[in-house]
Amino acid sequence: MSEVIEITLRSLLVSGLATLLAALFAVPLGLYLGLKGSGRAGRAAIYAGMALPPVVAGLFFYFLFSRSGPLGALGLLYTLPAMVLAEALLAFPLIAGFTLAGAAERAPRVRTLVRALGGTERQVLPTLLVESRRVVVAALAAGFGAAISEVGAATIVGGDIRHATRVLTTAVVLETRRGNLEAAAALGAVLLGVALLVNAFLVMLEARR
Amino acid sequence: MRRLLGLLLFLGTLASAGGVLRLATTTSVYDSGLLDAILPGFERETGLHVQVIAVGTGQALKIAGRGDADAVLVHAPALEAEFLRRGLGVRHRCVAKNRFLIVGPEADPAGVRGARGALDAFRRIYARGALFVSRGDDSGTHKKERALWQAAGLVPDGRPWYLESGSGMGATLTLASEKGAYTLTDLGTFLYMRDKVRLLALFDRDDPRMLNQYGYMEVNKKRFPWVNAAGARALGDYLLRPEVQNMIGDYQKARFGRSLFTPLFGRCAVPVKP
Amino acid sequence: MITARGITKRLGAFALRVEHFSARQGEVVAVLGPSGAGKSTLLKLLAGLLAPDSGEVRREGLWAYLEQDPYLLDRPVWANAAFGRRLHGESADRARQATLYWLRRVGLLGLAERPARDLSGGERVRLALARALAVEPAGLLLDEPTANLDPANVARVEGLIREARDAGQGVVLVTHNLFQARRLADRALFLLAGEVVEAGPAPAFFTSPRDPRTRAFLSGEMVW
Repeated sequence: MSEVIEITLRSLLVSGLATLLAALFAVPLGLYLGLKGSGRAGRAAIYAGMALPPVVAGLFFYFLFSRSGPLGALGLLYTLPAMVLAEALLAFPLIAGFTLAGAAERAPRVRTLVRALGGTERQVLPTLLVESRRVVVAALAAGFGAAISEVGAATIVGGDIRHATRVLTTAVVLETRRGNLEAAAALGAVLLGVALLVNAFLVMLEARR
Repeated sequence: MRRLLGLLLFLGTLASAGGVLRLATTTSVYDSGLLDAILPGFERETGLHVQVIAVGTGQALKIAGRGDADAVLVHAPALEAEFLRRGLGVRHRCVAKNRFLIVGPEADPAGVRGARGALDAFRRIYARGALFVSRGDDSGTHKKERALWQAAGLVPDGRPWYLESGSGMGATLTLASEKGAYTLTDLGTFLYMRDKVRLLALFDRDDPRMLNQYGYMEVNKKRFPWVNAAGARALGDYLLRPEVQNMIGDYQKARFGRSLFTPLFGRCAVPVKP
Repeated sequence: MITARGITKRLGAFALRVEHFSARQGEVVAVLGPSGAGKSTLLKLLAGLLAPDSGEVRREGLWAYLEQDPYLLDRPVWANAAFGRRLHGESADRARQATLYWLRRVGLLGLAERPARDLSGGERVRLALARALAVEPAGLLLDEPTANLDPANVARVEGLIREARDAGQGVVLVTHNLFQARRLADRALFLLAGEVVEAGPAPAFFTSPRDPRTRAFLSGEMVW
């Protein structure tokens, strides 16, 4: 039982950090592209990023962090930081895409308003950020959902090592593989519960403001 | 950005700093729970923390062959020999053995029960066109199964009754149970799953062809200078210690009424020559 | 004071040409014309939201622009009203204090804490007006502020426009409502297909327009 708690906390930690890390870059990017208007190249790149198969991301990081690979000296393979990076890469296009869509929708009117009252172009971005906050929260929810349900990349890059890199998704696969379907279902229920709770929290946050 | 990289670096080195030994092994070994039973003693003694990565045999050897693990424990003598030949591993030791079984539905449409030997059993399945589930994942079990088909002079590929699951042993057994199919399985996984599947052990004999031998190798430090060679060697020594070998033999014996693993005390039943 | 000279602007097939336009402090200039005449475009050029292809616009002081169907921020009413002042560097507390006065002037003080999206159509326009007035501009550039409002709100908004003019602010008012123009304008301008047909001081413009097209428009005939 305590191992389930350990695995759950680890899932939250890894996926939470991954979402925040991705958001750190994705939200400003989405806002910036939304502000610029026809960032066609940027938008195309984000949409392509959303189509990135998670296992491909996992393989990419595996080869990158493998001891025989270019960043092998960092010793990051089969560690939590590597999982955070892989999940962050997967969450990034989602968060950027959502943010971009929301920002692009609002940007022209926000710009008009700021200029109409004598503000400068530089004041548009912060205003847009505040105006888009609900959208950003939705983007974070989407990103977190992708991160916490990730199993392919998490396995390849993390190794599903007990007491080290095992998370809810990889544990479900493990128990399924072993034929312990009841245990797998129980873990799946926990995963579902966690995902719903976090999303409920985010929705609450968005509604309160 | 730089601080982020620094933090990641720090966390990364934490993972490998002081006393971690990475062992790549197969899912069937891992799922048997044997390692969870015997590793804690080793960890207590040496202060090392053993991280076990359980994947298919092919992947386990690949991981070890890139220096991403310090030692490897698999059950595929031919691949182990190649691993040694390519200078990726050193000091091969035979740790234990058990056997493969052919399991299948109680009705036994192909008459495997009455087979004269392992090859005859496979020929009967082929002749009957009975449903057969293959691991299909380059695992030790899969390789053994392919070798048996080949030795029997048969090619099941493409036949409608030949299903390839691409999954681990437990999932394969579940699939075979659902479909009422035959499959080749290792003893350990089957004993664990016995109550969960509607399959019987139809061919369960001390046949040399069904021998499943587990070999341990240390990853070559000359090739991969960063590996924990001392720790890998210590683990190998530990596994071959007579008391530990006996522990391996006793593992789950009380529960199943038979040994899951038969210790070899270092004497290979199947020679592994590079 | 706001002046525009030699303005041309091309937007697709449409072309706007205004040789000279001006509005002073303390006067209301009504800009009239049928749909598509270029009234909104002219207003945006005056506001500096669009750049003219040629000519220049000179503004003395801040001329606040109010678009048709004004955009309200996703925040409380008072925060919307205070937004302009915050843009000019005032702290949140002081801006809030100042705008409460303007909210009272437009009759929205009771709704100050409510989210802006809860407001009715008339209340939205009044809030946008309070927001523009709160920055104490030299003048207002209003794009059909009372379109779609009920008579009570129309009267209220017109009252605010009059008060702004009497307080010394300039007002450029684009409107479809000829009666409103007659009520409020000190000067008026008739735009047709991107050209200024006629411009002049108020009572004369409405009672005895010089151009037959102006006459036709003012008497309610569709002018193409």
